Amino acid sequence: MQKIAVIDYGMGNLRSVSKALESVAPNAEVIVSANLDQVLSADRVVFPGQGAIGACMAELNDLALTEVVKEVAATKPFFGICIGMQLLLTHSEENGGVDGLDIFSGNVQHFELPTAKDGSHLKVPHMGWNQVHQMQSHPLWADIDQDSRFYFVHSYYATADDAAVVAGTTAYPDAFASVLARENVFATQFHPEKSAHAGLQLLKNFVNWQP
Amino acid sequence: MGLAKRIIPCLDVDNGRVVKGVQFVDIRDAGDPVEVAKRYDEQGADEITFLDITATHHNRDTIVHVVEAVASQVFIPLTVGGGIRTIADIRRMLNAGADKVGINSAAVSNPEFVREATDKFGSQCIVVAIDAKCVSAEGAPKKWDIFTHGGRKPTGIDAIEWAKKMVDYGAGELLLTSMDRDGTKSGFDLELTRAVSDAVVVPVIASGGVGDLQDLTDGVKIGRADAVLAASIFHFGEHTVQEAKAHMASQGLEVRL
Repeated sequence: MQKIAVIDYGMGNLRSVSKALESVAPNAEVIVSANLDQVLSADRVVFPGQGAIGACMAELNDLALTEVVKEVAATKPFFGICIGMQLLLTHSEENGGVDGLDIFSGNVQHFELPTAKDGSHLKVPHMGWNQVHQMQSHPLWADIDQDSRFYFVHSYYATADDAAVVAGTTAYPDAFASVLARENVFATQFHPEKSAHAGLQLLKNFVNWQP
Repeated sequence: MGLAKRIIPCLDVDNGRVVKGVQFVDIRDAGDPVEVAKRYDEQGADEITFLDITATHHNRDTIVHVVEAVASQVFIPLTVGGGIRTIADIRRMLNAGADKVGINSAAVSNPEFVREATDKFGSQCIVVAIDAKCVSAEGAPKKWDIFTHGGRKPTGIDAIEWAKKMVDYGAGELLLTSMDRDGTKSGFDLELTRAVSDAVVVPVIASGGVGDLQDLTDGVKIGRADAVLAASIFHFGEHTVQEAKAHMASQGLEVRL
C-alpha cells in the first residue's frame, strides 16, 4: 500500500486535502504529519499551505521541515498547493519580503488592483473558479479538459523565470503562472481539493503518477 | 474568459439538520446536510454556505460534525456562519473542513476580532457578514446602516463605511444582506450592492430577496456582486443551480458550467 504524506505545519485546512486524497486513492494510506520520518518515508508528498507566507515559512523552520521539504521535492512525486506552491519560489514580496525554498527560480507578487476589460476594478483576493490553460502536456493533465475551471483564493501570484516550468496559466486579467511543474514536482496556485471533479481528477492523476 | 461569477446556495442548519424546507424530489432525507450539499454540488453550486441557527450553546457542537461530514464528501468550498465569536470557534470550523467562516455580530461588538482572526488564519478564510437596512427618508440620498440580531437591532453604523473598515481590518470577502429585501422575493437591493461592491477591493456576495433567476443576474450585472447567495429559489425546487447559471450565461455573464 502506498503512503501519501500531507505535510502538516499548522497552516490551513488539511482535512479537506486528506479527504480528497482518500476519495481518489481508497487503497492508499494518507497521513497528515509534521513528523520528519513519516514525511521522508512516504511514497509521495503533498505540500499544502494557507494564510500568510511569512507565518508559513516560520512554522516550517520551527518544525525543522525546511530541509525535509527540499529533500522530498528532489526525490519523490511532490504536489504543492496554494502557499505550498508559492513557497517553492525564490522570493515573495508578502510580509515585507520572505525568501522561499528556491526550488523554482522566480518571485511572488501582489495583484495590483487589476482593471477588467470593461473598466470595472477586479477584486483582490482573486477568489473563485477560473480557467487554467494547459501550457504543456503532462501526465497530471490526463482526462482534464483544456481551460477547465479550478477554485482559487489568493492575493499574490507567482512569476517563474524559466517559462519551461509553467505548466498552466490563468488570466486575471493578465496571464500568471497558476501551475508549475518540473520532473517530480507539480504545484498549483488553485486548490484541487476544492475544485470538484476537475480537482479530484488532478489528484487522482498525481496519486498514479510515476515521474 | 476569466473568473466566473459564483452561485452559492445557503442552508440554515438547526441542531445539525437543514431547516426551512429543502424539497428535492429524489433524495431520501432532505434534512440531512450531507445529502442536500451533495445535491447542490451535483447541480454545479460553486460553494455552499451553512448558517448555524442553533439557539442553545451546548448544541452548537453539532455544526462541527455537519461540516466534518460534508467536507468528507463534497469537494467545493464550504463557509460556515452563525455564532462565530472566538478564535477557538474559527479554528474548530476550519479544522472540521470549513474553508471560510462568516463573522457577523461578533465583528460589530468587537471589530478587533476581525483583525485578530485574519492575522491568525489569513484573510482568505474570513468573511464578514453585513446586515444592512435603508435608513434614509423617501427621496433623500440613499443611506444604509448595519443592524444586528436578524435586523432588529440598529447600530447607527453606516454600512458603506463599515464595509470599508472591515476590509481594512483584513476581511477577505463580504456577505452583504439587505434586511429590507430578505424574504421578500423582490430581488436584491441593487443600489446597496453596487455601492458596497464599488467601495471595496474584496469580493462581495449579494444576499437577501432573490425571487427569480433574473434577480441573480441583476445582482451581478447591475449590483456588481462577485457572487450571489440564495436559499428558497433552490430549496423549493423552483430552479436548479444549473438553470440559474444557464440564465446568467445567456446574459453574457461568465459562469462555471
